[in-house]
Amino acid sequence: MGETLLMKGNETLAEAALRAGCEAYFGYPITPQSEVPEYLSEEMPKRGRIFLQAESEVASINMLYGAAGAGFKAMTTSSSPGISLMLEGISYIAAAELPCVIANVTRGGPGLGTIQPSQGDYFQAVKGGGHGDYHMIVLAPSTVQEIADLTYDAFDLCWKYRTPVMIMMDGALGQMMEKVTFKEYKEPVRDISWATRGKPANGDRRVITSLHIQPEEMERVNNKLQAKYTEIKKNEVRYETQNCDDADVVIVGFGLSARIGTKAMQMMREKGYKVGLMKPISLWPFPEKAIEDLSRRVKGFYVLELNAGQMIEDVRLANEGRAKVGKYNRYGGMIYSPDEVVEHLEPFCKELK
Amino acid sequence: MGIEVSLEGKEIVYKRPKALTDAVTHYCPGCGHGTAHRLIAEIVDELGIQGTTVGVAPVGCSVFAYNYFDLDMQQAAHGRACAVATALKRLMPDKYVFTYQGDGDLAGIGGNETLHACNRGENITIVFINNAIYGMTGGQMAPTTLIGQKTTTSPYGRTTNEGNPIRMCELITTLPGVRYVERVAVNTAPRVRKAKAALLKAFKNQQENKGTSFIEIVSNCPSNWKMTPLASNKWIDDAMIPYFPLGVFKDQ
Repeated sequence: MGETLLMKGNETLAEAALRAGCEAYFGYPITPQSEVPEYLSEEMPKRGRIFLQAESEVASINMLYGAAGAGFKAMTTSSSPGISLMLEGISYIAAAELPCVIANVTRGGPGLGTIQPSQGDYFQAVKGGGHGDYHMIVLAPSTVQEIADLTYDAFDLCWKYRTPVMIMMDGALGQMMEKVTFKEYKEPVRDISWATRGKPANGDRRVITSLHIQPEEMERVNNKLQAKYTEIKKNEVRYETQNCDDADVVIVGFGLSARIGTKAMQMMREKGYKVGLMKPISLWPFPEKAIEDLSRRVKGFYVLELNAGQMIEDVRLANEGRAKVGKYNRYGGMIYSPDEVVEHLEPFCKELK
Repeated sequence: MGIEVSLEGKEIVYKRPKALTDAVTHYCPGCGHGTAHRLIAEIVDELGIQGTTVGVAPVGCSVFAYNYFDLDMQQAAHGRACAVATALKRLMPDKYVFTYQGDGDLAGIGGNETLHACNRGENITIVFINNAIYGMTGGQMAPTTLIGQKTTTSPYGRTTNEGNPIRMCELITTLPGVRYVERVAVNTAPRVRKAKAALLKAFKNQQENKGTSFIEIVSNCPSNWKMTPLASNKWIDDAMIPYFPLGVFKDQ
């Protein structure tokens, strides 16, 4: 264990990537994530690694494709509108099965929107976003410490499954300062025999492509991807629960909403309501089994999101109509206070008593 | 079921380069892509760099280039070859990195990636096949389609209303990061030899890390120009070269 530091979320993400052995970073400035490229532009050259500010997010993601396709540990970061520009490349990366880390420090949309925090990119991150049947592993930290830990995990998972991994954190997390301790990073064994580093003298050439023009072959490629996604769903679901054992109502929220939800839960407990909290950490794969299990013993779920209601659809799918599902949302860069949540949650709980 | 020929006592003067696979290409009869592929493969053989070269294929007619080059290859999203190549070269400065792109890919959808890779002086070789049309998608108007040229999306002939055909060599030459720019053609034997010399230089330049090398090959598209191969080669002389003059634009 290293020393405990006081760091900004975005800088923590950058520092964790450095410690996880990120060999190349490509990015384009956008608020509220610009501290990441700023930090790495200073630190990467000192270590003989590649930092390049690209001409656009479109170029960044395709540089990431090139780097990952040659078997290097690579990352890009952006914020919502920039991620929209990257979606074409992300689809190609998923199809070509390239390992890389993409962080989205989300802001309010749609459109140019606002630079204030939002969770409006949930659908984009977990339902695809780009074209075709693909998924990314999506990890959502809710503390600066979790940003550090999940960044390590993101680098490991992308290589384990040869798939893009997204770290999705709202702008508030990127900008807030908290204490953080960086664990020692253990470099896993990585197979790069498939990567394009020049045709081996005694082996076959390597090709990175997502083009399979014969439908029979493209179906096989899709089958392979789907089998991989099934494996990921089996192994990589992450979530945390608090006070769920005796709960009548469970607040479900990720990222910033989990922090606010925790406070609201405590306030509700003080008022005598049996309220718990469920925090999905892997947004894909979504902890659907955990929601399903809870739905068999709680009276209601209360889904807190800084969007108009996106993750609630996954909660409803797993709930299959068993418990009552309520919600409270703010969006466009506005954030609810715990008092505000309690004010809306209390009538919901009363009704279920 | 080929004809058996004894090679005994005979000198082989022409054969498939090692850097080409034995795949039958999907290119139309008479198309210049085959010649351009062969020239690159010959250069890879002659420089002995098959094991140290990584190519980037585009979207368009040459999307399957990775099936024909016996090299490690990446297939890039439409227009993004220069961004992919940038990462490859920066991470592997001792490798030879080239892109192979058509006019829609390089000058249209990928215009920004092309300009910025050149402006950064990426130490790569960009091979640009200009046949003034979108071939793969069935003959639509390209950024380099000539004024008056009829395509499936300019059926009355291109006018300046759709923009003037873009001269990439002339544009790229203005960028300080670029070291070597030459426009060549492959419609006659002497020009094929000149094209090979230009490509060889463009690859060898990577040994010195002095900036981007950009080779435009003016080529033909018999199928979508709706001409015989011979007529299309003549059209290169009559229509293409007067607007896209051959020659060295920059050599530093």
